[in-house]
Amino acid sequence: MSILINKDTKVIVQGFTGKEGTFHAEQCLAYGTKIVGGVTPNKGGQEHLGQPVFNTVKDAVKTTGATVSMIFVPPAFVGDAVMEAAEAGIELAVIITEGAPVKDMQMAKAHATKHGMKTLGPNCPGIITAEECKIGIMPGMIFKKGKVGLISKSGTLTYEGTNQVCNEGYGISTAVGIGGDPIIGLSYLQLLPMFEADPETECIVMIGEIGGDLEIQAAAYIKEHITKPVVAFIAGQTAPKGKTMGHAGAIVSGSAGTAAEKMAALEAAGATVVVSPAEIGKAVTKALGK
Amino acid sequence: MNVHEYQAKQIFAKYGVPTPKGIMAESVDAAVEAAKELGGPIWVVKAQIHAGGRGLGGGVKLAKSLEEVRELSDEILGMTLVTHQTTAEGKLVQKLYIEDGADIKDEFYLSVVLDRKLEMPLIMASTEGGMNIEDVAENTPEKIITVPVDPATGFQGFHGRELAFGLGISDKNEQKNIISFAQKLFKLYMENDAEMIEINPLVRTGSGEFLALDGKMGFDNSALGRQPEIAAMRDLSEEDADEVEAAKYGLSYVALDGEIGCMVNGAGLAMGTMDTINHMGGTPANFLDVGGSANAETVAKGFEIILKNPNVKAIFVNIFGGIVRCDRIANGIIEATKLTDVNVPVIVRLDGTNAPEASEILKNANIANLIVGDDLGDGAAKAVAAAKGN
Repeated sequence: MSILINKDTKVIVQGFTGKEGTFHAEQCLAYGTKIVGGVTPNKGGQEHLGQPVFNTVKDAVKTTGATVSMIFVPPAFVGDAVMEAAEAGIELAVIITEGAPVKDMQMAKAHATKHGMKTLGPNCPGIITAEECKIGIMPGMIFKKGKVGLISKSGTLTYEGTNQVCNEGYGISTAVGIGGDPIIGLSYLQLLPMFEADPETECIVMIGEIGGDLEIQAAAYIKEHITKPVVAFIAGQTAPKGKTMGHAGAIVSGSAGTAAEKMAALEAAGATVVVSPAEIGKAVTKALGK
Repeated sequence: MNVHEYQAKQIFAKYGVPTPKGIMAESVDAAVEAAKELGGPIWVVKAQIHAGGRGLGGGVKLAKSLEEVRELSDEILGMTLVTHQTTAEGKLVQKLYIEDGADIKDEFYLSVVLDRKLEMPLIMASTEGGMNIEDVAENTPEKIITVPVDPATGFQGFHGRELAFGLGISDKNEQKNIISFAQKLFKLYMENDAEMIEINPLVRTGSGEFLALDGKMGFDNSALGRQPEIAAMRDLSEEDADEVEAAKYGLSYVALDGEIGCMVNGAGLAMGTMDTINHMGGTPANFLDVGGSANAETVAKGFEIILKNPNVKAIFVNIFGGIVRCDRIANGIIEATKLTDVNVPVIVRLDGTNAPEASEILKNANIANLIVGDDLGDGAAKAVAAAKGN
């Protein structure tokens, strides 16, 4: 078991033949991901990386039966690509592209929801079920299979956390990078219950950051519904107010969205909150009682 | 990206959002000419900087004659304005906005912002105009009205009615005016990819008109590519020079007041590195995200920007190599230390793909000042010790 994706998941790539799309699709194929085709307008009928190219997502879905799309199109076309995937019957769109306009994401996410499609990202590393299926840009080789589920707004903190968990002798069931934009798709609130229900996952690592209140919502949910141990880290305890810290959504506005309030909420919800990402591995070991 | 008040009001005017008449001036003479053109008899001389609280800081003053316009312009232009939204050093006033005085009956507050929870724009309004809205939210939250507007429906009549009745506006003509005002404001918010618009105060005149007496606008940086007119309004002199320089090279930089320079790949890990340094008793000198594909050139540029800060006593390079192999990054760092004159200890922690090979490369390079950290905790501890001279 795992969440959302596994070795049988069929994936297409939107922006398949571009530089980024090509490089990462190749890496995903090498990892074992079932990439069954891709979409690039006006290149339909061609073959790329040994897989068929289609002009539209509808054509791709009809022919391949893909349920997940990995999106690499340029930022200005992300909204369009997400809406196209939603109408074509894709179940999950993983949006890797960084820099999509916020207005486009408002529209695209609302449209996706209307069509029952889940979205992940934008500006995220993607999702990986260890040793089965990688849909994104993370270094696959650091993800050993195991019983820790991971949710993170940050790409490199996903790798950092995973590396520590694996160095402690544990592994990852599924790791999900949700991105740090102001408007994102799947977040803690949707992913926590999936990990709670997944028999393979025994511990959840949750990595957040300053800005917004998704972590506060997550804390309320953890308190009521999560029985598995949760290890949490919130990045940006030392970030100044009113400054955007790399991620478009990582900003403390006035007194809202600080690391301190998120850490306090998670602690009150029963999570183990670490003050440095360097302590994630040890905290997981402690939570799993070894 | 933020713009000046005079620029926000240019956009307002384009959409028919009523504002007092005004002219931007960059010299005292130009200010007086502007005042003559506006006609008077009352003018407001306003400092144009990217920060709120200008009035309290002495940057907004009323003039009742052309002589007074001259005196006040001379006083405000070139002054360094310190407000609650600037740094302690304040901001130099390089532009003025000369505006017609308005017949103010009472003051309101009106803004459009993105509500991240609802994932749609939210119109916020209050009868408490001219006050700091955060204080109003804290002390009298019942005096703030919120009206979310779904972009799919656009601004409908009921949005306007909720706003007008919420603000206690009972005169039918005034209701029509405020609804039309808000509708135009929402339209320009959407069409220009604005991130926020704040009008504080929005004034009701003696004749029942509503006027934007102030105007603050911020835009979504990701959308500037398709908003060339907005992008052209950018005033680089209002931004931090080092941040602007870093951005040219794809680096995201924010200066802090500590002693340990940080160079990290990824925004989350960069913040996490600052937090770790702080937790270990050190102080971060900056946030610096070198992006997903750190190479010799970006690392060299990173060193250059960090070393401009005289407070830096050590640099902690913390890279988790994913797709980019660590051995390549190690070579990049060695090259970068040759390109820049790095005169403080540099602690390097490389983890991820090919990390052991990278460690060997760094250890064999025999660069004075270069210390290898084994993991995040170890690297941070060594950086804190080095900054303290140990």
